[in-house]
Amino acid sequence: MRKNYNFAFLDEGSKREIRRAILKGVAIPGYQVPFASREMPIGRGWGTGGLQLTLSCIGPDDVLKVIDQGSDASVNAVSIRGLVHETTGVDTTTATQDATLIQSRHRIPERPLTRDQLLVLQVPTPEPLRTYEARETVTKRLHAEAEYTGAYLELFEQIVRYGTTTTGADHPVMVEGRYVMAPSPIPRYDNAKLNMAENLTLLGAGREKKIYAVPPYTHVESLAFDDYPFVTEEFEGASCHVCGATGVYLTQTVDPVTGEQVWQCSDTDFCAQHAAEQESEA
Amino acid sequence: MGYVAVTGGEQAIATSLDLIERKRVAGGLALDVDTILSCLPELVQQVESEGSLWAPEVAATAVKQACGSVEEAVFLMRAYRSTLERLYTSRVIDTDEMRVDRRISAAFKDIEGGQILGATRDYSHRLIEFELADETQASVRDRARELAERLADTAVPATPDALARVPRVLTYLRSIDMVRDWPVDDTEPVDITKTPLSFPAPRSVILQALSRGLTQAVIAIGYAAIRGFGLSHPTVGELRRGSVAVEIDAPGAVADAPAEDAYYLGSIPVTEVESLIVADEVDEQGEHRSALDVGYGLVVGTDESKAIAMSVLDHSLRADDVRFPTQDQEFVLYHIDGVEATGFISHLKLPHYVTFQSKLDSALRSVAEKGGEADA
Repeated sequence: MRKNYNFAFLDEGSKREIRRAILKGVAIPGYQVPFASREMPIGRGWGTGGLQLTLSCIGPDDVLKVIDQGSDASVNAVSIRGLVHETTGVDTTTATQDATLIQSRHRIPERPLTRDQLLVLQVPTPEPLRTYEARETVTKRLHAEAEYTGAYLELFEQIVRYGTTTTGADHPVMVEGRYVMAPSPIPRYDNAKLNMAENLTLLGAGREKKIYAVPPYTHVESLAFDDYPFVTEEFEGASCHVCGATGVYLTQTVDPVTGEQVWQCSDTDFCAQHAAEQESEA
Repeated sequence: MGYVAVTGGEQAIATSLDLIERKRVAGGLALDVDTILSCLPELVQQVESEGSLWAPEVAATAVKQACGSVEEAVFLMRAYRSTLERLYTSRVIDTDEMRVDRRISAAFKDIEGGQILGATRDYSHRLIEFELADETQASVRDRARELAERLADTAVPATPDALARVPRVLTYLRSIDMVRDWPVDDTEPVDITKTPLSFPAPRSVILQALSRGLTQAVIAIGYAAIRGFGLSHPTVGELRRGSVAVEIDAPGAVADAPAEDAYYLGSIPVTEVESLIVADEVDEQGEHRSALDVGYGLVVGTDESKAIAMSVLDHSLRADDVRFPTQDQEFVLYHIDGVEATGFISHLKLPHYVTFQSKLDSALRSVAEKGGEADA
């Protein structure tokens, strides 16, 4: 009854199938490729899509970094990194520049990725038109016909109602002028990092059974109107209370010592490296 | 044991796992797998049914590891299942050949082969037997002996092998051409664990998704379909429970290899339901007539409510009509899987610091733009 697991958990047949879906996704940027998502040892909705991409692509020489909310130490990142390490034995790192494969939930690292790095994003809801249309058969047709009125209509309604678009993370993007794509719940601030990036980004939705991709040097444009341009989150006047950085994605937190509201880099590796640089310069 | 996203996650998880393991062993008692198989067979079968893997010992171990949480045990089974190579497709299982230990019809009183009530709690009174709290191994054995003696004089077959193959109740209705039947289709079914859902879903996909669906969800949505949010009100034409043999052809066998050459892998317990639902039929001249549709349910194990609800949903999903969510394939099939439902619900516990910051930013921007006034 006892059974040892294969390298990278999945059996080779499953990996091959997932790789075929990845290749199709790379060939059609922004198009959601259906795949037979496997049940994984972590919860559906906890990054199983990203995990399957990682496990299908990883080789013994890869160096893995896993982040959640930008942090290597976040519980789910720890759990996923542990699982991949346990089933592959690959080296892991927190330093963005040392990783060959980065699995992430909700963030793209601050440091620009290179052509030798693969970014895997975990996706909860791959369908950017889902709030507008509940049925998959219909959204599939809308994509086929590049009928994206619904996506713009939603933004339009937000502007009429609230005076501004109110998308949070997961602001829809147009990929290479063809497919509207959900960039996964990365903040709007991160959308620009997908545009003309040097690296390949793979997006995996385990529960919804979809894989899609943004190949290197692909145009990725956030949906907006000429008179209501796309806006990212604002951190005017704020800087990281740890490393002093500005112009990065910050989240609010409470200083455990003073009890004050402070801002902090969400990318903990960037923050640590930046703080170290500041120190050596001082 | 704070687990702020910044540091400490690793240590927090390790400690958390120790704590949950301590809860499992804190009572100082061990429940062995044989005891679970012997005393909690229906729990094990539910885990196998939703886990869509027939493996009693693995399922019992999962139940033990999960401290009795069905959700967790099913999750363990599914994750284990997805690492197994799928090497064979079994021969078509003909449920006419089922070794039946219970079969009833709510449609006809006298059926060929007779109604076999079998072991059921249907007519029991749901009173807690407080004496069971003091049951011992010896008293269990005494009771087993006593029951064996009492049942020796009844018509109950002594061994599973002696259980009769009984003819189907619906054979009569089929013979007088009263049911709108599905043609027999023995093409290899789509395996929903190897092929993503697409719509409209072929029937083999619908049946698989329902059969391995979250038991309580299948029952609840099936209930909605017969109560008012659907048009199916069935009569149970036949409910049969028993075991069926699973066989595979020898590797390299020709397409129509005789059954005698097949390998017998074992038998699995199943519950099968054929429901009859009155339907409106329109003939070529546009004349309406009343006809009977058949809804089909087959589940691993003995959960009869699940099997009946499945037969209701098998029928309602054929209606390709989204007036009612119970007839909407996307509504039912996307949401009936236990591992998917519990996975996504539970993911809400994960940190959402970055996305929430983004939401907050949008809300603040709106307040700034409109001075806090939102148009209705």
